[in-house]
Amino acid sequence: MTTTTLPATPDRRAAAEPAAPSLATLTRVELRKSYDTRAGFWLLVVIGLASLAVVLLQLFFDDGPNRTFAGYFATTQLPVGVLLPVLGILLVTSEWSQRTAMTTFTLVPVRSRVLTAKVLAASVLAVLGVAAASVAAALGTLLTPLFTENAADWSLSAAQVGQVVIVQVITVLVGVAFGMLLLSSPLAIVLYFVLPTVVTILVNAVGALDWVRDWLDLTSTTVPMYEGALDGQGWLQVGTSVALWGALPMVAGWLRIERSEIG
Amino acid sequence: MISVDSLTKRYGAQVAVSDVSFSCPPGTVTGFLGPNGAGKSTTLRALCGLTTPTSGSAVVGGRRFRDLPNAGRTVGVLLDAGAQHAGRTGRESLRLSAAVLGVPRTRVDEVLEQVGLAGRPADKRLRQYSLGMRQRLGLATALLGDPQVLVLDEPANGLDPEGIFWMRGLLRGFADRGGTVLLSSHLLREVEAVADQLVVIAGGRIVAAGTTQELLAGSGTLVRARDRAALAAALAAAGIAVGGGSGDALVTDATADAVGEAAAAAGVVLRELRPAGGEGLEELFRSLTAGSPAGTVPAAQQVQEARA
Repeated sequence: MTTTTLPATPDRRAAAEPAAPSLATLTRVELRKSYDTRAGFWLLVVIGLASLAVVLLQLFFDDGPNRTFAGYFATTQLPVGVLLPVLGILLVTSEWSQRTAMTTFTLVPVRSRVLTAKVLAASVLAVLGVAAASVAAALGTLLTPLFTENAADWSLSAAQVGQVVIVQVITVLVGVAFGMLLLSSPLAIVLYFVLPTVVTILVNAVGALDWVRDWLDLTSTTVPMYEGALDGQGWLQVGTSVALWGALPMVAGWLRIERSEIG
Repeated sequence: MISVDSLTKRYGAQVAVSDVSFSCPPGTVTGFLGPNGAGKSTTLRALCGLTTPTSGSAVVGGRRFRDLPNAGRTVGVLLDAGAQHAGRTGRESLRLSAAVLGVPRTRVDEVLEQVGLAGRPADKRLRQYSLGMRQRLGLATALLGDPQVLVLDEPANGLDPEGIFWMRGLLRGFADRGGTVLLSSHLLREVEAVADQLVVIAGGRIVAAGTTQELLAGSGTLVRARDRAALAAALAAAGIAVGGGSGDALVTDATADAVGEAAAAAGVVLRELRPAGGEGLEELFRSLTAGSPAGTVPAAQQVQEARA
């Protein structure tokens, strides 16, 4: 075999060697991946339309005291919280179902950087989701005096905004975690919706499982956050349930991706 | 530039790649040949950091793939033409990669032009692409970062003869400008025209390696006559041993001069007299490629050895 020993090239290349892509760049790329396919694009459109729809439903059919900006803001989080995690799941699983992981990880061989970028991109999407929901809520508030006897009530507490943003980030990241653990779009989406629902039903039906509901059922522990009403013990309970549904699958999935063979 | 050293990869008890070593110097094209399942893809995946070797190493420019700061600017990789999102357009796939590589968007148009996907094909979604178009897009992705090294797994798959000819020219040009090319194939004919050196792998082990010229040159002389029996008798009379040959041809270790003289002396009319070029590698390669799962050919022996 030819064993030409050419002088090592690093000297020449060291100066001109291109730097690694920054985390900001990788996050932008991941964000772009979330809307540059039909599935991603329409999912985002549906989230926007659904936020608008729930505001209109509330405007015309809810006779209670909730036709305020804060009330609309809380309601619009529902479609965002249901659908955005799907985008979070697809952000991870599509790399495997579409086999793009091979391309992604040969361009960025340090896999944890890609995963970090995905977590950041998903968090940005959650914040954008809350922003879109608040636009829909604002529209509802503007229309309220026109179609009802209520006046426009724009009051909104900083606690509610903060807690809503946090709960949406948590929700999306649980989706990302399910995606990382399962690496399959249909499996992750189905389990993401079925498992917590089964747990919620179970813990509410069985009295002896009250402690599980209070400490480990994410659906129950995060309810007060939509109103900005989480208290001291509530934060602890959110913490323990996030550890179970978010942190645990994400750590396990992260390690799996780091160690697995791609392709 | 590429150097693989005692690379071994085991999956449980099964050995996929066993003690594989070779190197690819700059300015050359290396053909990595072997039947399907011989360990080509595993070797290339280990080289590109997609799988961790059990032992041994594979480095590019002295560094592990993972240690390359911006890998795509040093090594252009095409391991699987299917590794692209079916819902994206060709141009969009390249734009995403360009953003990661940090190359300007104009570079996307350049490589689209280079691989012949400029214009309408660039804006089609990939699910409408043929395998050949996907290969071209994969090659475009590999070239995007203007790398010094190309690693391509079965790049000719799905290309038509014109496409294969085009790709040969592209790879030849890349190597002539000082680049390093490593491409795999399960077809000898596909790479012999472009490769400077060949590495043949079977059952996870390297069974032949060297320059293409050396390996294809073979040894001996092939001779064919109107009357095969008369020729055999003439050669025997001249003390020339006949080593075999397919059909009505005979192959010997003697020089063409000696064979010609023997035939002339006996008045045998020859139809063909030439160096027995390439039959050795061709024969070896065919025996490896023919390796059936039942394992009745010599290649199976090596496979079993590797798995033991």
